Amino acid sequence: MSAVCQLFQQAEQSALGQAIQHSAWMMPALQSLHLLCLALLGGAVLMLDLRLLGTGLVSQPVPVIEREARPWLHAAAPGLMLTGLLMLCSEATKLCGNPVFWAKMAGLSVAIVLAVCVRGPLARRDAPSGGLTHSVAVASIGLWAAIALAGLWISVS
Amino acid sequence: MSPGSGLAATLDLWMAALADTAGSTALRESVYLYASLQGAHVLGIMLFVGTIFMVDLRLLGRAFPSTPASEMTRRVLPWTIAGFVLMAFTGLLLFYALPVRTYHSLWFRMKLLLIIAAAVNIWHFHRRVQRDRARWDTTLPPPRVVRFAAAVSMGIWIAVLVAGRMIAYHWTDCDRPQPAWIVWFAQCEEAPP
Repeated sequence: MSAVCQLFQQAEQSALGQAIQHSAWMMPALQSLHLLCLALLGGAVLMLDLRLLGTGLVSQPVPVIEREARPWLHAAAPGLMLTGLLMLCSEATKLCGNPVFWAKMAGLSVAIVLAVCVRGPLARRDAPSGGLTHSVAVASIGLWAAIALAGLWISVS
Repeated sequence: MSPGSGLAATLDLWMAALADTAGSTALRESVYLYASLQGAHVLGIMLFVGTIFMVDLRLLGRAFPSTPASEMTRRVLPWTIAGFVLMAFTGLLLFYALPVRTYHSLWFRMKLLLIIAAAVNIWHFHRRVQRDRARWDTTLPPPRVVRFAAAVSMGIWIAVLVAGRMIAYHWTDCDRPQPAWIVWFAQCEEAPP
């Protein structure tokens, strides 16, 4: 067993992992919170990506939309990570051998790098437009959609 | 309602017939197709509930303060409608895959009632609240009546989402012992064993 899977096993055997696993209501509660944060993330991401594509809230410049969407992105992302980590704890050993789970984590890493290192700086610039801007917005929407889809596929693979 | 009575019995026969169709069987038995439908339903949540949250947060005065409320609703509403179409389409197919169990699901029935409540709130918003929008289009925070309607909307859609997630759980299924009010509300006596 790899070092990572051993760590996962420890998380599953921890008091927290066991508590979630043996509780009837914690899993549905975590899933519901995860979905709520996902909806919030979807809305906040889409407002800026649509604006980058030249549609949506066009009366304001891109940097204003970026600044005003950011608090909701910063509310949704930690919520998703926390609920995701807690759900991971409850079935960590199973997930460690699941290729779809790792594909989701890889996609998530790419999406976070794209958002923090490319999309954010780009959107804070004055009036970004053109092919690169459009590509970044399309990649952002596509990545987040694929990550959400992968979440459902984890359960059946 | 007693077993075998009129409308309820007819609906139960329809659900059983629906479950017997080739399409329903195929959806139910294809694990990957069913999971993909659920996935598309979740993408619908991101688009539909996500854009509703953004508009409601604007009406609460908590998001996109630079954008007038009228522009927010006008520009975002088409995406909300697209999200609704995706949600309704994938939702109908998910129902079609498991019609008998879903029809008698406590959570599915609560979800439908909550969606009706959300529709009434939307109707109220358009008929009453939005009538004098010109006065508060750029006012921050918007008037109390606007914020109240937005908070009600957010609360109802959160409840719809939670009820939807709960449909997947079996605690309240008719084939287990249930309290009288669930037996009544989910019409468990009508349900086939």
